[in-house]
Amino acid sequence: MGLRERLANGEFVVTCEAAPPKGTEVGPALEEVRKLAPYVHAFNVTDLQSSVLRMSSWALCALIVREGFEPVVQLTCRDRNRLALQADLLGAWALGIENVLALTGDYPTLGDHPGARPVFDLDSVQLIAAIQALNSGRDLAGNELTGSTGFFVGAVVNPGVEPLAPHLLKMRLKVNMGAQFFQTQAVYDPERFMVFIAQAETLGRPILAGIIPLKSARMARFMNEHIAGISVPQEVIREMERAKTKEDRRKRSVEICARIIREVKPYCQGIHLMPMGWEDLVPDILELAGITP
Amino acid sequence: MLVSELKPLEEVLGYLRAGERAFLLACGGCAEVCGTGGEEAILKLRPALEGADHPLTGTLVLPFLCNKALVGLRLARRRDQVEAADVVVVASCGVGVQTVAQVLDKPVYPAANTITMGGLQGVWPSEERCGRCGDCLLYYTGGICPHTVCPKGLLHGPCGGSQNGECELEPGRPCGWQRIYDRLEAIGRLDLLEQYRPPQDSQKGLDVPLSRRKAPFWALEYLEED
Ligand code: SF4
Ligand code: SF4
Repeated sequence: MGLRERLANGEFVVTCEAAPPKGTEVGPALEEVRKLAPYVHAFNVTDLQSSVLRMSSWALCALIVREGFEPVVQLTCRDRNRLALQADLLGAWALGIENVLALTGDYPTLGDHPGARPVFDLDSVQLIAAIQALNSGRDLAGNELTGSTGFFVGAVVNPGVEPLAPHLLKMRLKVNMGAQFFQTQAVYDPERFMVFIAQAETLGRPILAGIIPLKSARMARFMNEHIAGISVPQEVIREMERAKTKEDRRKRSVEICARIIREVKPYCQGIHLMPMGWEDLVPDILELAGITP
Repeated sequence: MLVSELKPLEEVLGYLRAGERAFLLACGGCAEVCGTGGEEAILKLRPALEGADHPLTGTLVLPFLCNKALVGLRLARRRDQVEAADVVVVASCGVGVQTVAQVLDKPVYPAANTITMGGLQGVWPSEERCGRCGDCLLYYTGGICPHTVCPKGLLHGPCGGSQNGECELEPGRPCGWQRIYDRLEAIGRLDLLEQYRPPQDSQKGLDVPLSRRKAPFWALEYLEED
């Protein structure tokens, strides 16, 4: 059963991020995917996350399909114009990739090729419209295709940003243009998340809450300062501070994630894990959160 | 010089709601040279607006709408006429429309599309900038250009990097889309953000079509060069 069917059936789903290699060695990435596959319903493969060059998202997605698992291809507007975006979408569908997550993309200066020309020919709302067009058998210019796509279309929303109102308006536009599910930026403050859900649930689309395991108090403070919409509460930072050894920190991190998941679970339709190198914690987090695959 | 062309009249008329009264402002700088400002623009726009039941509370041609001090001063002299209007329609390049939007708290609508510039951002040095997209969106964005205030040139609201009104690009840089949102909220037109805008025609902003190069002043420039 695929992500689309699970969400339609009201199943609580778990997606997990997988990053393509910085190079051609796909072995380690696929090994992670194999290890996590029993716990996770689908793998989101990032698209040059933070504007750092890596292998194409669709390429790792295709390899994941070959392994018999389900990928979500992430697609940003940063690097491709409307022609290239549509071309990659057609290719992704032909390679057996059925889910796509449409994003704006970070600005190139944040990454390792800061001089790259930013494209943003489409924005995320127009990208969703383009995917809808391909799904209906036509391209963005209205020309007929030989064979259409049938993508399950996801979009992102950042529930922690202030002020939230403009983001909610954009979220509604994404729904109007065809977004079928949402994945969110990392949640650390369940109360704040619930305020967001109270306003977003009327849109009637499943929402998967983002979860990033904290590696240290320093990481928490860094994210608070530099990443829009992330606010790790002080108590949580202190919890991480009290952990002195790496083992302690891993344990504490698992507990914090599991607690957040248990608190947000009644209000959302799944979670989206972004382990950032701590993939091996995923089984413990899910077990402690009471989520059985 | 900023080269512009008048929008189709139906598009401009489509911006106004039934019965709304307008103040018509035209630029006597570059826009006049292109035939999209000055008296020529007023002669085209006045009958169209009046014919569609939008009474004009006044009309005015100003030499350079990109000069904010001048615009503020001269509009103050016509305060009654401007106050009486529901909206202000501006025949100028995108810089001029944005300058007017900055000095008034009324909806300010563009009557022209800006195609390109000859090396200048408005003749008067100004903060407002136009990305010469050739399909002016200032009606939808409260008179603030999404192509120049948002480094990604987004058309449907802020990206996820917008936080506390700041852009993800660098600390202290205002998020253009937060500004647009605040402005639309202030003029009571947040509904405009619920509309989908299809991708723009990128070719429009790339070069000056031959037809526009025939405008007399433009042609003169070419003649001199020969
Ligand atoms: S939307 Fe911006 S770039 Fe386009 S014509 Fe208007 S002011 Fe210029
Ligand atoms: S933060 Fe605002 S101005 Fe900056 S890129 Fe995003 S939407 Fe544009």
